[in-house]
Amino acid sequence: MDAEPKPTWMYLRRVLVRALQHRDIACCETKRVNVMNLQGKKITVHDMCLRDGMHPKQHQITVEQMVTISKAMDDAGVPLIEVTHGDGLGGTSVNYGFPAASDEEYLSAVCKEMKNAKVSALLLPGIGTVDHLKMAVDCGISTIRVATHCTEADVSEQHITMATSIKGLDTVGFLMMAHMIEPEELVVQLKLMEDYGANCVYITDSAGYMLPDDVTSRIALARAELKPETELGFHGHHNLAMGVANSVAAVAAGANRIDGSMAGLGAGAGNTPLEVFIAVCDRMGIETGVDTFKAMDIAEDLIVPMMDHMVRVDRDALTLGYAGVYSSFLLFAKRSAEKYNLSSRDILVELGRRRTVGGQEDMIEDLALDMAKERGTI
Amino acid sequence: MSNKIKAAIIGPGNIGTDLLMKAKRSEFIEPVWMVGVDPESPGLARAAEMGLKTTSEGVDGMLPTMKEDGVQICFDATSAYVHAENSRKVNEQGAVMIDLTPAAIGPFCVPPVNLTDAVAAQAMNVNMVTCGGQATIPMVAAVSRVQEVTYGEIVATVSSKSAGPGTRKNIDEFTRTTARGIEKVGGAHTGKAIIIINPAEPPLMMRDTVHCLTHDDPDQEAITRSVHDMIAEVQKYVPGYTLKNGPVFDGKRVSIYMEVEGLGDFLPKYAGNLDIMTAAGLRTAEMYAEEILAGNFKPVAA
Repeated sequence: MDAEPKPTWMYLRRVLVRALQHRDIACCETKRVNVMNLQGKKITVHDMCLRDGMHPKQHQITVEQMVTISKAMDDAGVPLIEVTHGDGLGGTSVNYGFPAASDEEYLSAVCKEMKNAKVSALLLPGIGTVDHLKMAVDCGISTIRVATHCTEADVSEQHITMATSIKGLDTVGFLMMAHMIEPEELVVQLKLMEDYGANCVYITDSAGYMLPDDVTSRIALARAELKPETELGFHGHHNLAMGVANSVAAVAAGANRIDGSMAGLGAGAGNTPLEVFIAVCDRMGIETGVDTFKAMDIAEDLIVPMMDHMVRVDRDALTLGYAGVYSSFLLFAKRSAEKYNLSSRDILVELGRRRTVGGQEDMIEDLALDMAKERGTI
Repeated sequence: MSNKIKAAIIGPGNIGTDLLMKAKRSEFIEPVWMVGVDPESPGLARAAEMGLKTTSEGVDGMLPTMKEDGVQICFDATSAYVHAENSRKVNEQGAVMIDLTPAAIGPFCVPPVNLTDAVAAQAMNVNMVTCGGQATIPMVAAVSRVQEVTYGEIVATVSSKSAGPGTRKNIDEFTRTTARGIEKVGGAHTGKAIIIINPAEPPLMMRDTVHCLTHDDPDQEAITRSVHDMIAEVQKYVPGYTLKNGPVFDGKRVSIYMEVEGLGDFLPKYAGNLDIMTAAGLRTAEMYAEEILAGNFKPVAA
């Protein structure tokens, strides 16, 4: 009880002043952003639980589960659903994990069941190839998302160019770990993808590191610099519990596509929890076309029961967001920490310090072995 | 006067120039031509300064005199798309083509694994797979020569600065060609290749992870010995080829973590990916040259 400050007059006054200041700012912000800008704004939400959600499930979601969940989302009005190995088409590997079924099996099973929802696939050049892209198109996807590290957009030329040659294919460029460079540099990379023919580009907070201001500055500059007809998206992770706030900031700054995941099922502390974001959009008058209660039910009744562990801001997931580390490193770091008697937080912090990028999962055991030798734990 | 075999380098970029610097030290190869397409190319200027004949007219600029200049070996350090045409033209002039692009129209050569066989086959076009392939296939082979490898997978991580425009534009050729090399030369039933480009500063050294899945439980002792032997073989031409960790055994998974530091001839030391390519290409050429000099092989127009 010693730590409790005494309720002196000065103390109470300070608390009161702070609260009032805070309320004033909050009121102004609310008025300016909600009422003036976002009422009636239409956006497209894109669900990730059957792709990013593969990470916390170690890629073991079954074809049946995918079909059940995607049908429920279709019924709830979710317009776009991503279905792929967690690391995209061709991600099946020792390095990232072997999935319960092939991309082809997942995609063809889900695509044929959709009444209104469209299906997307993710492709990381260097992991998947245009052959995978063609296969996914044959399975019935309508959106392809080509993802690179935020400074390496030029490796996507081959894939985006090929995608734009397929009639009607919604082609998206996706820049990962976008917190690692400044807005001006990011725009240069986004424009490369736009030049290759992407009709939509994404700013992706793969590490869940960004704060709302980081999102606002990046999205706003991109919106100002890209062609007006190019769509702009934001993909958040919830490692600092900023998923929803960052996504609202993105919409306010001009993004019209937002990624999220039912119950947040995704890498790290998960993606922006989609049912929460949809509810917030409802309150703010942002139109998503998704039934809020149905979204809640999917999260609660279908997704949460199938989680292998609670996807939440635990110590390691928080470290990802705090240190700027790729979210899907989480389980790899936990496993290596256990195997070599190390702290997973130490491993993650070191991965951040070395400025590792998405896909470098192979670095984790290597680094853990170095650390274990150094510390004499093996 | 010289007992060296004369060679031409096509492509005066980073790889071609690094290769030139290495070839200048060779006991068996004498570089005499540098072929480019851009008259302003600094690589051509550098080669001219070093006393080579140069042209900015592409291979066509060298063809009329290459026979009388005695060129018997050519290196192609351009891109997969123009390689077939280059190869056809120099083969017609009776020169062997060593292909440093991922075009892979000729048989693969990874020196410590199959150089002797590749040279004995006397092919007029031999392909060096990819940088990632040169760095990792020896490790896959080190495991597969001990016991059956059902699946071989490699992850090559290179610095942004060492991934040139050719690699970036045709990254699929890298993954496909490397995967095929893992099967055909590495001896795995199925191959898979992943490449990661990292922009960190200072640039990171090329690192490679090799995962093999063995059919039966791995013979840990024999595999470890084989891996160390193979590393010693690679170090003969790439001294900075280093085992960082492993082999790690986890059930039927064998994982090997490598780092490749280059010699720093023309390319910086971190660009071990490019260095291992030029070193492997030159070693292959030297072996051909030795065979030619010994009278065992006479390249003929094909």
